[in-house]
Amino acid sequence: MENLQLVLPEIFLSLSIMFLLILGVFKKNSSRLVQSLSLAVLIVTAVITFNETIGINETKLFNNSIVIDYLSSLMKIITLLAAFLVLIISSNYLKTFQIFKIEYPILILSSVLGMMVMINSNDLIIFYMGLELQSLALYVLATFNRDQIKSSEAGLKYFVLSALSSGLLLYGCSLIYGFSGSTNFNVIADQLNSNEYALTFGIVFILVGLAFKISAVPFHMWAPDVYEGSPTSVTLFFTMVPKIAALTVFIRFLYVPFLNLIDQWQMILIFLSIASMLFGAIAAIGQTNLKRLVAYSSIGHVGYALAGVAAGTNDGIQSSVIYITIYILMNLGLFSCLLMLKRDNNYYEKIDDLSGLSKNHPMLALSLLIILFSLAGIPPLAGFFAKFYVFKAVIEQSMYFLAIVGLLSTVVAAFYYLRLIKIMYFDEQKEKYDTDHGFWLKFSLTASTLLILIYFIFPSQLIEVVSRINII
Amino acid sequence: MNFPILSSLILLPSIGALFLFFTKSDKKNNFTGKYVALFTSAVNFFLSIYLWILFDPTTSEFQFVEERIWIKDLINYKVGVDGISILFILLTTFITPLCIISVNNSIKERLSEFLIAVLIMESFMIGVFCSLDLVIFYLFFEAGLIPMFLIIGIWGGARRVYSAFKFFLYTLLGSVLMLVAIITIYWLNGTTDVVELYNSGIDIKYQNLLWLAFFSSFAVKTPMWPVHTWLPDAHVEAPTAGSVLLAAILLKMAGYGFIRFSLGLFPAASEIFTPLIYTLSVIAIIFTSFIALMQEDMKKLIAYSSVAHMGYVTLGIFTIQQQGIEGSIIQMISHGLVSAALFLCVGVVYDRMHSRLINTYGGIVSIIPKYSILFMLFTLAALGLPGTSGFVGEFLILMGAFKDNFLVAVIASLGVIIGAAYMLWLYKRVVFGKLINTDLKQMFDLNRSELFILSCLAVPTLFFGFYPDPLINTIEVSISDLIDQYNFKLASKI
Repeated sequence: MENLQLVLPEIFLSLSIMFLLILGVFKKNSSRLVQSLSLAVLIVTAVITFNETIGINETKLFNNSIVIDYLSSLMKIITLLAAFLVLIISSNYLKTFQIFKIEYPILILSSVLGMMVMINSNDLIIFYMGLELQSLALYVLATFNRDQIKSSEAGLKYFVLSALSSGLLLYGCSLIYGFSGSTNFNVIADQLNSNEYALTFGIVFILVGLAFKISAVPFHMWAPDVYEGSPTSVTLFFTMVPKIAALTVFIRFLYVPFLNLIDQWQMILIFLSIASMLFGAIAAIGQTNLKRLVAYSSIGHVGYALAGVAAGTNDGIQSSVIYITIYILMNLGLFSCLLMLKRDNNYYEKIDDLSGLSKNHPMLALSLLIILFSLAGIPPLAGFFAKFYVFKAVIEQSMYFLAIVGLLSTVVAAFYYLRLIKIMYFDEQKEKYDTDHGFWLKFSLTASTLLILIYFIFPSQLIEVVSRINII
Repeated sequence: MNFPILSSLILLPSIGALFLFFTKSDKKNNFTGKYVALFTSAVNFFLSIYLWILFDPTTSEFQFVEERIWIKDLINYKVGVDGISILFILLTTFITPLCIISVNNSIKERLSEFLIAVLIMESFMIGVFCSLDLVIFYLFFEAGLIPMFLIIGIWGGARRVYSAFKFFLYTLLGSVLMLVAIITIYWLNGTTDVVELYNSGIDIKYQNLLWLAFFSSFAVKTPMWPVHTWLPDAHVEAPTAGSVLLAAILLKMAGYGFIRFSLGLFPAASEIFTPLIYTLSVIAIIFTSFIALMQEDMKKLIAYSSVAHMGYVTLGIFTIQQQGIEGSIIQMISHGLVSAALFLCVGVVYDRMHSRLINTYGGIVSIIPKYSILFMLFTLAALGLPGTSGFVGEFLILMGAFKDNFLVAVIASLGVIIGAAYMLWLYKRVVFGKLINTDLKQMFDLNRSELFILSCLAVPTLFFGFYPDPLINTIEVSISDLIDQYNFKLASKI
């Protein structure tokens, strides 16, 4: 009998989703109830994950198709917490647009379930299953504000392009299966014959599919449009949560079956990383819409996270995990600010709408200032440390070119972050925004800002948490 | 030594800033805010004086060292001072309270935010001068960009946005390469602790590239020709207090960095690149002096003169002679006092007439005599008249240069003449001559706080001009030891 306790979080989450769906259908006006229950479910799942799986050694279940180890447990907990925070700060936004419906939390839960399956996967089929589950939920989420043309357009665009990338990914899977005789990561690793070029093709196709999911250049084209069109709370979800799962799969997929082919895929990753960092920095300069700008900035940040993965060491993987964690924190703060730019039931998302924010809302502007400097990677804020760890791992492998291009692109990126600060602090003030934000929105903004600000006092804690990740 | 005096120096201004942050800022409270800031920075000044008294100048060891685990197995928080750094700490704590007093007249809005920025800046700058770990140094070095960017951008003049961006991006671009170098050093030696690195030395194969990476950062910050162009813009647009901080302290971080890191860590590379530094320094001295001659904006003129003065400093450092390096440090201290005073002098007339153009003025000597006297004192100090601290620095630098390279020293000496020309011409056009602009008649002389600030700056300028011993005693042993180390490493090829 398999040890089912280890997949208890997934089992609990799927049962809860079904229960909540039934509850939502049969009980009228239950959106508030479903929302609160979903939050509880996320927390309980995180607690179960923490209790059941965080301390155990690497265990494989169901014919080795699922792996439970420290990396997967940690990433699941981060995913669950991030989803919790997204859900909790988006309720005001949804109410304003009258799309506060039961489907929203349930879709988020389902996509989180998909991500958890992805994170656990040790098999191409399981991985694909998880990926599709999360993607299907995300398509619907992107169109969630269906009365708005932009939102529907975003969903459709995302669906078409994502389906294409899933096709490529499946093709890659089939190639790998054909030439190694298995879909299981460990078996592939054993059967690996590095002279087999078709395997390399398979890796490339899968990498393309994954790069699409985390919007790395040159497979990023969907991101700006989808991010701009989707409801802001969904954009927040897009920029944070799916990236955690995709990064984990990136790590697992490259380091478990294909570690011996590192020469082949390292170049691809370095290219993806450099292209994302540079493109993210340069393309963001011309943007006038904040959500589009965030899209480009997230493309750039994905580039930095990939740089850590490209290093090919445990240090590199750990630095990537740190990077993505700190990035999530910064994004949470950034979007909390965006969700506060509300006046008369209208949300403002042009960068000019920030004009003179520092005079009307000094605290909001100060938080945004700290978050933006942190995103730009200026010490002593958390964003600097994220970059520092990544580049430390990269330089230890003597990949100077990657490090120097990466750091130079931070200078370019600093320009557009500074431009936002300039608009907030140096420009003339406009009308005031509403100040009656919900408790949770204020809480998430304050908490993320403070954590970013004081991270430098306790930098060791996060390192200790990730230092137990041991893949190679 | 139980009392963590250096950490207190770093933290105290930040705590003051935190206090200010929680003080409500209406008109009346702004006033208290100013006293809070003044009080904190004054306490910090006395604390640093106490540090100087306790300081033992007979050894080149780092003193008051504090070490704590910061990032486990990676970086320790380590601070300490030796003869080289202590004077810069004193300069910082001395200039900051004067800056805070000077905001009376120039900063009209968001006063408490301005004071917060200044205090946080002070924390970072003290941190730069006493950190004994490369990562900590980088942290403070870069962090200083944030408050300065805001000071220029929020309270600056008409082209403030352009200048603030230029300042920020130039310096950031220079610094990121230094970060690569620091991580490389960590990878090579397994530590970023400066003391350990001094002892173990750095692999000679990598020194040239590492030196260049550090140089790219320090050259921008110094600023050396040809990457000096951000400085005039930043100075012209920054508010008076901002210019003072920038000229008096920020520029010194790079000079300090050259001595501490370029000479200390990469002697072989320093030897190779000395001709480069000489060339750039001489160009800076001659070329920017000529540019200064042609300026019509007073602040711009002083900014260019700063570039020229920093040219002497870099020249002196890379002579690797006792006199040269001593001269550089004294020149930096003196320039910190004098350029601060000159910017304040410009600020005084700017507050009254709202013009920095030289041709607005002329013939003000009879209207504001006290101002004219002090302005003259600082003009003479800037051109290095004997009896002022400027002379001591320049003289020692040139002496060191003559020992090392005759040609460079001759050309650099010519720069002194051009320096005298532009400063005296500036003074002549502003203060003497016929009173043409009748609006000038309404100007009033220095008020009490202005007089106080300028006198505070005048006293050490004159004192150290006549009696530089306290300065030289403090730095002498550290520098001679640094040079011995340098020559030893060079000879034994580490």
